[in-house]
Amino acid sequence: MSLNIPADLKYSTSDEWVRVEGDELVIGISDFAQDALGDIVYLELPKVGDTLAPGAAFGAIESVKASSDLLAPVGGEVVAVNSALDHNQEPINQDPYGAGWLIRIRPDGASEELLDAAAYTTYCEGRAH
Amino acid sequence: MLKRTPLFETHVSLGARMVEFGGWEMPVQYSGIIDEHQAVRQSAGLFDISHMGRFIVRGPDAEAFLQYVATCDVAAIPFGQATYGLLCRPDGTIVDDIFVYRLDDEFLVVVNASNLDKDWAWLGEHTSGFDIEIVDRSERWATLAFQGPAAEALLSAAEDSSTDDLAALPFHGVAMTTLFGVTTLIARTGYTGEDGFEIFFEAHHAPLVWHRLLALGVPGSVKPCGLGARDSLRFEPCLALYGHELNDTINPYEARLGWVVKLAKGDFVGREALAQIKATGPTRRLTGFELVDRGVARGDYPIHTVEGQPIGFVTSGMPSPTFGRPFGMAYVPTAFSVEGSAFDVLIRDKPVRARAVKMPFYQPQYKKK
Repeated sequence: MSLNIPADLKYSTSDEWVRVEGDELVIGISDFAQDALGDIVYLELPKVGDTLAPGAAFGAIESVKASSDLLAPVGGEVVAVNSALDHNQEPINQDPYGAGWLIRIRPDGASEELLDAAAYTTYCEGRAH
Repeated sequence: MLKRTPLFETHVSLGARMVEFGGWEMPVQYSGIIDEHQAVRQSAGLFDISHMGRFIVRGPDAEAFLQYVATCDVAAIPFGQATYGLLCRPDGTIVDDIFVYRLDDEFLVVVNASNLDKDWAWLGEHTSGFDIEIVDRSERWATLAFQGPAAEALLSAAEDSSTDDLAALPFHGVAMTTLFGVTTLIARTGYTGEDGFEIFFEAHHAPLVWHRLLALGVPGSVKPCGLGARDSLRFEPCLALYGHELNDTINPYEARLGWVVKLAKGDFVGREALAQIKATGPTRRLTGFELVDRGVARGDYPIHTVEGQPIGFVTSGMPSPTFGRPFGMAYVPTAFSVEGSAFDVLIRDKPVRARAVKMPFYQPQYKKK
């Protein structure tokens, strides 16, 4: 399995990614996470205006086989959610860093310890079979 | 050290994702659970089920012994056919669910991989007074499940095989059949809710039989499948999985398996307790449900009344690939098992409304005459 881990993103140890876009942050799940889950068929996301605390669950993602909490890598206020995923979650599997983005937040400065791409690559390889 | 089937290297080389299951290192998926699931519902899929326990019971008292330890009527199994049964304790709880085949002068008993050691010990404890021998063939034999509406036609056309009259094999029938030059037992049975076959043969032929089955038809006619699709395929027709719908504390009437308990056949282990449970009726019952609100129920999630009282637990739940929405099975008090009953499933500590529905969710498409 060859993993796609873009160099310009930061990653949490619970496999979310964070991209800086101006003074906002975009959050999704990594290629490793979507591959481990398999075909995603259900998604629960917060509402615009909700406040996220770093490390706390902000939603849930489910495949046929498995269920996983989405954990906030950073704190802040939700300013947008990817409503295109409401009825079709395939983009999360097919394009986890693009069309499969989950939420956009205005950060409040609080954050989990995040990994750069090199450290996250090592972290993923350590868990691959 | 995890156990491996004779096809371990084959699965790895074909790119399957391997996981631990019941002490075994098994493929959980090949192309993806939904893709494999649809292949079996629409065409054909191939599973390695060589992890299952397979015992031969033979000797002058083989039939009497199995009649005594199993709940099904072993004496009534015709030559060359099989039946589903249970091993129960004296108190009626379930040791395992099994398949019993009547072969030439001996019986083949197929048991769950996760219960192999427990069943071996349980059977061994009950042999006193019976002139029998139990032989474990679990390591010597490979077993493949070839499942789906196209399975019969594909298998019938196999080269170097004596499968051309497979259409005549009845539901739950078994026959000694040559497949790709290999002597096999082919049984019309499965665990997917589709027509299909389980194929038993000497383990060293496993890679050959696996590859040639995958090559039947046109490319893509047969998809290799893993345990993920095996679980979703058995879930939709509500076929019980030991460790979920069945366990050491559940009795057959709770599990809606009363039809497998033949009280009239004579004495057997658990008969007295089971007759009592049948007479009074079970206090809880396995119940199918759909979620009225959004969410996915999973095994072990608690069930509450709509007022918040704990009343049961989910045994299995998932988004059904065939119907595109989540279903579940749960143990709830009998009063809540009636179709249309409302209760809540606690999903991540949050109550989500559910409604009892008829089982099975998917009507099995067996080829019965």
